[in-house]
Amino acid sequence: MSSVTSKSEIFAKVQEALVDALGVDEDEVTPQATLQGDLGAESIDFLDIVFRLEKAFGIKIERGELFPEDILTNTEYVEAGKVNAAGMAKLKERMPFADLSRFAADPSVQNLGKQLTVQDMCNFVEHKLAA
Amino acid sequence: MRWFWLDRFTEFVAGSHATAVKCVSLSEDHLQEHLPDYPIMPNSLVAEGMAQCGGLLVSEIYKFSELVVLAKFARCTIEGEARPGDVIRYKAVVDQAKDFGASVQVKGDIDGRPFSEGEIFFARFDPDSTENTRGRVLFNPDDLRSWLRVVGVFDVGVRTDGTRLRLEDYPHFFQTSVV
Repeated sequence: MSSVTSKSEIFAKVQEALVDALGVDEDEVTPQATLQGDLGAESIDFLDIVFRLEKAFGIKIERGELFPEDILTNTEYVEAGKVNAAGMAKLKERMPFADLSRFAADPSVQNLGKQLTVQDMCNFVEHKLAA
Repeated sequence: MRWFWLDRFTEFVAGSHATAVKCVSLSEDHLQEHLPDYPIMPNSLVAEGMAQCGGLLVSEIYKFSELVVLAKFARCTIEGEARPGDVIRYKAVVDQAKDFGASVQVKGDIDGRPFSEGEIFFARFDPDSTENTRGRVLFNPDDLRSWLRVVGVFDVGVRTDGTRLRLEDYPHFFQTSVV
């Protein structure tokens, strides 16, 4: 299987998972779409998404692996509602699949979830499958 | 009126599946008030029955000891109506269960006719996870114990190896501290 085919298969399965979990149309689930902003995902939907990704790809996703809430609630890493330098380093370590450049510009805690995209989901799955 | 939308479990296999029945009766207030002169079980309460069937099954996975809440219906369809005299039979099957939540598939039928179907997610909050949930439980343990007994969980409940579920196996019910 070529890597191109593999990426498109990953996208197709992630797209299906998000359509089922969020009740959105397939054409809304583009790589650039943000989960919370564009697709209307709420925090509780992440449980649903995690289960669907596990099933679709035969992977195990531990708590906080996709969305490291523990970092965002740790006072060691958060100051005045923003993730500090140590926190950013930790996030990059825990989320190598995510493009955190936009988040780094304004690292308010609530922005992380808002900026996660469908492509980040695909990268996450690819990262898990390669592990 | 008590918030009981199941009358009795007829099957309860811990961590796997459960079947419960709900007898619809004209004497129930909501049948008088939902649609006057057209008594049917409101769909919202059918969904609640589905959630109670799946929810108690999920709650057992966590030893009936923690705050487990209905997170969402990913899907729910109801076909037709449940009228006085009908017996709705709900069957819940655990689809996935993790340390932070579980999903179940629930199907309801009336005399073998498919009636309702849903995919339900329950979230488990670790008692130590946040300031808001630390040490909290969803039910007073005495009330939960009473509910489980009334609907027959310990009359029919077994584990997947066939051994009986016993109330004594759930130490949470015997702790003295109550929230």
